[in-house]
Amino acid sequence: MTKTVNLDHVTIRFGSYTAVDNVDLSIAGGEFFSFLGPSGCGKTTLLRCISGFVEPTAGRVLIGGKDMRGIGPNKRPTALIFQNLALFPLMSVADNIAFPLEVRGVSKRDRRRRADQLLELIALAGQGDKKVQELSGGQRQRVAIARALAVEPDILLLDEPLSALDLKLRQHMRTELRAIQKQVGLTFIYITHDQGEALIMSDRVAVMSAGVIEQIDVPAAIYDRPRTSFVASFVGETNALHGKVGAQEDDVVALDLPSGRRVFGLAGGNRRYRPGDACTIFIRPEQLKLATAESFNRLPASVIDIEFEGSTRHIRLEAEEAQLRLTLMNEGTPASLAPGDRLELSFDPEIASVLPSGPMAKA
Amino acid sequence: MGKLFAGVAHRHGLGVAIFIGSAMTLWLFVLVVLPQIAMVTQSFRFNLPPAEQGGPADVWTLSNYAYFIFGNGDGLNSVDLWVLARTIGVALFVTIIDLCICYPIAFILAHSAKGMSARLIVLGLIVPFWVNEILRAFAFRILFGTTGMINETGMALGLWDVPFDFIRANVALYAGLAYAYILLMIFPIYNAVEALDHNQIEAARDMGASWLQVHRRVVLPFAKGGLASGATMVFMLTAGALAAPQILGGPSSLWFTQLVYQWFNDALNWPRGSAYAIILLVVCMALVLLGMRVFKVPFGAIGK
Repeated sequence: MTKTVNLDHVTIRFGSYTAVDNVDLSIAGGEFFSFLGPSGCGKTTLLRCISGFVEPTAGRVLIGGKDMRGIGPNKRPTALIFQNLALFPLMSVADNIAFPLEVRGVSKRDRRRRADQLLELIALAGQGDKKVQELSGGQRQRVAIARALAVEPDILLLDEPLSALDLKLRQHMRTELRAIQKQVGLTFIYITHDQGEALIMSDRVAVMSAGVIEQIDVPAAIYDRPRTSFVASFVGETNALHGKVGAQEDDVVALDLPSGRRVFGLAGGNRRYRPGDACTIFIRPEQLKLATAESFNRLPASVIDIEFEGSTRHIRLEAEEAQLRLTLMNEGTPASLAPGDRLELSFDPEIASVLPSGPMAKA
Repeated sequence: MGKLFAGVAHRHGLGVAIFIGSAMTLWLFVLVVLPQIAMVTQSFRFNLPPAEQGGPADVWTLSNYAYFIFGNGDGLNSVDLWVLARTIGVALFVTIIDLCICYPIAFILAHSAKGMSARLIVLGLIVPFWVNEILRAFAFRILFGTTGMINETGMALGLWDVPFDFIRANVALYAGLAYAYILLMIFPIYNAVEALDHNQIEAARDMGASWLQVHRRVVLPFAKGGLASGATMVFMLTAGALAAPQILGGPSSLWFTQLVYQWFNDALNWPRGSAYAIILLVVCMALVLLGMRVFKVPFGAIGK
């Protein structure tokens, strides 16, 4: 069974500090939904609020349409996976997994059967009698998931569960988590500061900053169509050029850069700008191209240095009083660029976002 | 031992190592081991006037231990046996009471109380122990006396009409003993519980465990070493207490240490006093070891 989660204008304050500011969204049953944001943006507080450890100062949390106010974490149909997993070190793997059943008074035999079932699901069959410490990081991760699934919750809440793993394992677990979610069909609510995790696994992503939701969208739209400067700069690498709006026609905005050169991009979030508005145009490094004879939307630049990374080359450039990054695929031809070279770049206006200059994420 | 000494000498210098080594040796050997050996030896001798010491009558004997069990030979020495049983029983009871009182305090101190309130709790626990042990015992006597505060309050509230003799009923004794070593119970438990990752408690709660289940399955097993350490200290010290039973004990109830005291100071029979002291020590240690076996506490956990 899956249930929707509705956050109805939720605000959480600690004293005078507002950790979560008027968050209003709804998560569909069976969805893999991520909250993405830097540390301290309020995402963990929000998760603790859904799980019942924190009550909202204002607003409501509804799970399956039912108001959760006053209902403790042990009575909610949610299971929380902690950042450090919080497995019980003195219990065996099977006892850990069966703990939620034990506290509900399920018989020893049924507990064992369910634990074996779950061990099978997480590909640890036959390892139930081991101590938690005898397992590897990835295995513990899976045990924590199995324990959370033991009582068949409607919603699984995950608080950066992969952050303690090394890079290789983390990449592997992303795929695995997604596969488990597809298999059990539950609603997953996932907290992370790692955009890679959020983009790869999620059906939808909510980007948070300073307690506020900046954008909720499918991963591709978060990356390709950021609605705020924060989202554009926090998610993925980007180039930012500041300027003033010259004109707008439909979604296409003409932006005048400090040099007086005019470039074109799409108005982010379907905004309407007035001439003279201070705006920033964001272009992804892999979407900048070396200009050819017929390119328009040109940008003269000079090469600062070149980093070779196997499949790609990262080229640092200077243009319009800013530093830009250009990523070129390694297509087998030897690099003809050298520091100091002058060249012209161009980009497709369709993939460049013009957004109001505002707070940007620190890289 | 040599390795340990070399290690300390390497890390902190030879002077420090020599100081620590000699202080430990003095402490353990001169103040603990030697007197105990003297007590054990003495307990197997007759109580002879100085003139006969070293003479033909000064031989090894089990008579002091035999006296504890058989008295002067006609049947069992039921009085002394009963005093020992009662002392041990009450010490166990006091230990359990202290466990019940201190575990919640230690848990709150470690996991709920923050900043100012935590410091106030610690102060409230420690400051009363600046007062001398005997004065504290007398304070309990005043509190529990027939015209004491508890009786006065109880009668003023109409809870009972005739003053209740808390001293004769030994309530004052149990309370005084329970209070006397409360810190030695709280701090080991606090140390153990504090090391527990708070997420484990929240995880257990999240998975539907009641508070009772959280403590039974997560916190208590984790804190077992601390509980054992605190319980051992409280039990040993309670069984060996002298001031509180002297002052707070009812007129008809003796504490085993009072028997030891009487043999030494009133009867001037040091060998028999030594034997009684050894009996108390051995019985207490046997009980502690038994308890550790029953609750599956490894010996090393006591040192935590």
